[in-house]
Amino acid sequence: MKKIFVIGIIALGITACGNNQSGDNGETPKTPTTDQPTSNGNPSYDPNRGEGKFTKVDVSPTLDVAKATAGEKVFSVKCAACHKLTDEKLVGPGWKDVTKRHTAEWIMNFSTNTDDMLNKDPKAQAMLEICLVRMPNQNLSDDEARDVYEFMRKNDGVK
Amino acid sequence: MRKVKLWMLALAGSSVLMIQYSCKPKNAGNAVSGDAAAKAYIAPGKYDEFYNFVSGGFSGQMSVYGIPSGRLLRVIPVFSEDPQSGYGYSEETKPMLNTSHGYVPWDDLHHVEMSLTDGQPDGRWVFGNGNNTPRVARLDLKTFRTAEILELPNSAGNHSSPFATENTEYIVAGTRFSVPPDNANGDVPINSYIKNFRGSVSFIKVDPASGNMSIAFQIRTPGVNFDLSHSGKGKSHDWFFFSCYNVEQANTLLEVNASQKDKDFIMAVNWKKAEEYVKQGKGKKETVKYAHNVFDEKTQTAKSTIETEVIVLDTKELKDFCYFIPCPKSPHGCDVDPTGEYIVGSGKLAALLPVFSFDKIQKAIADKDFIGEYDGIPVIKYESALYGEVQKPGLGPLHTEFDGKGNAITTFFVSSEIVKWNVKDLKIIDRQPTYYSPGHLCIPGGDTKKPYGKYVIVYNKITKDRYLPTGPELSQSAQLFDITGDKMQLILDFPTIGEPHYAQAIPADLIKDKSTRIYKIDENANPYVTKGEPSAKVVRNGKRVDIYITSIRSHFAPDNIEGVKVGDEVYWHVTNLEQDWDVPHGFAVKGAKTSELLIMPGETLTMKWTPEKPGIYPFYCTDFCSALHQEMQGYIRISPAGSNVPLMFSTGKNMPTDSVSITK
Repeated sequence: MKKIFVIGIIALGITACGNNQSGDNGETPKTPTTDQPTSNGNPSYDPNRGEGKFTKVDVSPTLDVAKATAGEKVFSVKCAACHKLTDEKLVGPGWKDVTKRHTAEWIMNFSTNTDDMLNKDPKAQAMLEICLVRMPNQNLSDDEARDVYEFMRKNDGVK
Repeated sequence: MRKVKLWMLALAGSSVLMIQYSCKPKNAGNAVSGDAAAKAYIAPGKYDEFYNFVSGGFSGQMSVYGIPSGRLLRVIPVFSEDPQSGYGYSEETKPMLNTSHGYVPWDDLHHVEMSLTDGQPDGRWVFGNGNNTPRVARLDLKTFRTAEILELPNSAGNHSSPFATENTEYIVAGTRFSVPPDNANGDVPINSYIKNFRGSVSFIKVDPASGNMSIAFQIRTPGVNFDLSHSGKGKSHDWFFFSCYNVEQANTLLEVNASQKDKDFIMAVNWKKAEEYVKQGKGKKETVKYAHNVFDEKTQTAKSTIETEVIVLDTKELKDFCYFIPCPKSPHGCDVDPTGEYIVGSGKLAALLPVFSFDKIQKAIADKDFIGEYDGIPVIKYESALYGEVQKPGLGPLHTEFDGKGNAITTFFVSSEIVKWNVKDLKIIDRQPTYYSPGHLCIPGGDTKKPYGKYVIVYNKITKDRYLPTGPELSQSAQLFDITGDKMQLILDFPTIGEPHYAQAIPADLIKDKSTRIYKIDENANPYVTKGEPSAKVVRNGKRVDIYITSIRSHFAPDNIEGVKVGDEVYWHVTNLEQDWDVPHGFAVKGAKTSELLIMPGETLTMKWTPEKPGIYPFYCTDFCSALHQEMQGYIRISPAGSNVPLMFSTGKNMPTDSVSITK
């Protein structure tokens, strides 16, 4: 039993490192941006939550106007150069209905832990294949991320 | 048992995490195997196998590295002032940076091209493009100096340049920006782009003996953006291929608006046919203004001439020499394989890599297999020009070079990797991550008829955690891979200067034995040379004072000068009398509002200095030349305007009027 486990661990190691030495030519590389979601080997990854510090975001049914206003200011400085508020793609996707496509946790993790998410998250990677520009990490504070999320909710019609 | 299992599970879990961490390609340090250091190691005192000429990007210069060691051998000043050598500051070199806009102290050098004979580098010259104020420079590989700079009229953003035909018959220069032609009224609304803006591709003739450049003709094209180019080879010798983007002809937010159509173009130009049109007088002579700067090795002085005429072939009027080939999507690199049959277009936004066939292009042209015309130029049917597509190669393909064994290696910016694939069967052989986001790559001779397929050097755009942090600004990283096996092996990282774009490498043997070591003093025809210390002098002519001064280990002659006044225009003509390799002398004067001079053995350089205040001004040698280097110094006395202090100059004669000793 013990032996099987040990072999299993070694085997995992070889698979995960395989792209440097083994002969899997022509396969999609194990580079972050084109990786398949399962090949990172982490079974605990939750694609709805993404990866980052936000595990549970409290969202009230009604809009927090103060937060949304603060979020709009952040948007105009750090986000508006690449994202429209409509469904039209500029550099990145338009924000219309973004809060209906992703959870609050996913959005806030993506906006604060961008590189890791682009390396792992299947939805982020699918979007990268369309946009071909890695979203830069804009160094949003936790509060700013939350405010921007509230502004996105406002943009999606939450009153 | 249960306890053991949990323990094992924990171990398994942590192993997975460890593996993930250690194998994450986006992290510094993995992917290097044991013998890497040996492969890149050049023992102290030994020479590298290749010279690597690397564009300096926004530094405006060209750097030279040894490969495989990655040692920086030299930075050659080209388009930017270089205070360490005095390039752009000395009177002899100032004209090199003259343009039709006046003196321009900087440019953005993106691409390099070795001079070619029969499609292979001959080690005579290397060319570089100036992207901002459109120019092409020729560097002499005997002296490793910029020998000539030619400005390009009707141009803006000289990007798809300076690529050569197989015998350096021409160097090309295609404009990244389309603009209204120079002799048209340029004061037009920007959104009249489609009506008023035109592209331009210059063919620069290179004199086979002297290397001197002249614009043979320009092709005026539709208002697209030209990105890169390469000449044909062998059977495609008469052709040149240019990648184009912005076929939408957008004039704002190109990031979005020039990415609307699913295909842009590669423009195929039959330059032999263009030559015929010029011979037949079908080109139009246009009055324009552009600077042509040549450094004369005999007088060691640059001369700038303003040229006033250029011949233009307009694709709206002349037919059958330019064709568009549709290419997905926003092509960057446009690379021709060693046989001249395959042309690889790298669409930055495409999910595949198209390979075009020269034979099929010729057949399509003969059969008039066109889907229509774009602004007067026939557009060949995509499928009729296509040899095949490399499927799912990676994200963001940019540039391709060839290994000479039938394979190509392409950089992928977005997926941060290089991919090796076979040109014939279009199958992927290997892929390796790079750190991070590669732009250009260089295989020695990798764009020529006979590549030396031993290494590939990848020039990355993003460095991040690759080296010790140095604040917000980081050196760009280059990475060297051994490509002799099927698997490409990373063997070395090295930092670079500026922002390398394209680079080329050639065997050291083609250059090293021809390298100039000194300038022979008897052949120095600089009008201000001082041939020997007895000829040193100071000459006043009205307010102009010419100081003919020599340097040799370790003193100046003269080193005491008096009788120069505020308001005088002083010219220091410094001649280095040394005739031994690697003994430059430097020259600097306190308060001079210019750089030092660094004078090579047998050379004369001139510093212009206008003293503003009376006083004693020391001058000294800046380059450690001997054990008595620190003694290599002098004084010039500046008197008030109108003073009667007589002109005096000497070395070792102006003895102290007082004495000093230790008193007991």
